[in-house]
Amino acid sequence: MDTQYPKTIDEAVSALSDGATPLAGGTDLMVEVNFGHRRPDHVVALRRVDELAEWDGSTIGAGVTWRRIELEGPKALAEAARTVGSPQIRNAGTIGGNVATASPAGDGLPFLAAVDASIEVRSATGSRSIQWDEFFLGVKKTALEADELVTGVDLPEDLPERQAFGKVGVRNAMVIATVCCVVTRELDGLTRVALGSVAPTPMRARQSEEMISAVARPSESDLAEFARLVAAEVSPITDHRSTAEYRRHAAGVLARRLLGRCLR
Amino acid sequence: MIVSFIVNGEGVTARVTTPVSLLDVLRDQLELPGSKSACEQGECGSCSVLLDGALVCACLVMAVDAEGSTVRTVEGIASEGTLHPVQVAMHEAGAVQCGFCTPGIVVAAADLFDRDPTPTTDQIKEAVAGNICRCTGYGAIVRALESVAGERR
Repeated sequence: MDTQYPKTIDEAVSALSDGATPLAGGTDLMVEVNFGHRRPDHVVALRRVDELAEWDGSTIGAGVTWRRIELEGPKALAEAARTVGSPQIRNAGTIGGNVATASPAGDGLPFLAAVDASIEVRSATGSRSIQWDEFFLGVKKTALEADELVTGVDLPEDLPERQAFGKVGVRNAMVIATVCCVVTRELDGLTRVALGSVAPTPMRARQSEEMISAVARPSESDLAEFARLVAAEVSPITDHRSTAEYRRHAAGVLARRLLGRCLR
Repeated sequence: MIVSFIVNGEGVTARVTTPVSLLDVLRDQLELPGSKSACEQGECGSCSVLLDGALVCACLVMAVDAEGSTVRTVEGIASEGTLHPVQVAMHEAGAVQCGFCTPGIVVAAADLFDRDPTPTTDQIKEAVAGNICRCTGYGAIVRALESVAGERR
């Protein structure tokens, strides 16, 4: 097998143009390798590309680990980071890997959807910035071309002060989300609701957002209506982790609870 | 290809022809079977090692990515015949039953105490959240680690 150890993004994307497999934290790729689902024979190891670990204001480099985001990230993203895997996984796994793997259950993805983040990608021939909803196309399907590398995620400069992340799973540690959710609320009431694990891609509950954004001081009945709308907007499936019915219910309960935290 | 790195202070080389894990190389080529192989998906923590100072699951590190790195395994936690305080405390508290998870817990706990000599009980529990034990119910493990923190306060 052939491995390359680029030190710069330019070297990394040049190696990718030959059809190599990018390797960052390995927490997704190695599971597939260990179970015999993949056997890459040409790997580009990205851990030594310092540029990818840069965190420049509102642009988080793809190589920034969950551990670092847990300590330094914006509130709801840091809360999400704290629920990613275990300490071992958070020391290795990166936000770029979460984005490129594009699991419906990716814990970091609802935050990116909630704040309308863009994904920065680069190839040997150029770079582009892709809005999150044009990047995530389906279950583990993205707009990323084979010769492109996710180099970072670009957040808006001004993030809502009130933001909260929550996750439902079968236990507190080391769990893949049954439902995960981010709610943000601006002082003028503008509310955003993004969810994971309830659709093929991270999604926004736009009708629910519109309804609750128009209410300056939501009453109990407004909150109940909000929860009902969120549950109606998601499109979950039944699988080995949960049923569609439970996910739908949990999505409404979780979104309402997180909105409550933003209103406090 | 040949991969060169440092394990427990000694330079080593391994011949790697497939994308095997660092765990496989440690156990099968380098005669370091302390790190256990169980879930192979980062769930159980029994293969916990320090890679360039960061606690990781060796099963999720591609061996070729250890090139030029420094690895510390459970075999490198005791120094020159003196057990690490975590090892002593786990022995004394009876925090070992079948022993399969013990190496991973020793490495994770040693990493915790390196970063914070006096963690709280919650911090201890969070530090070993990635290490699954199916025998002890964690009570004795947490008590052992609390005693290490207590001695240092």
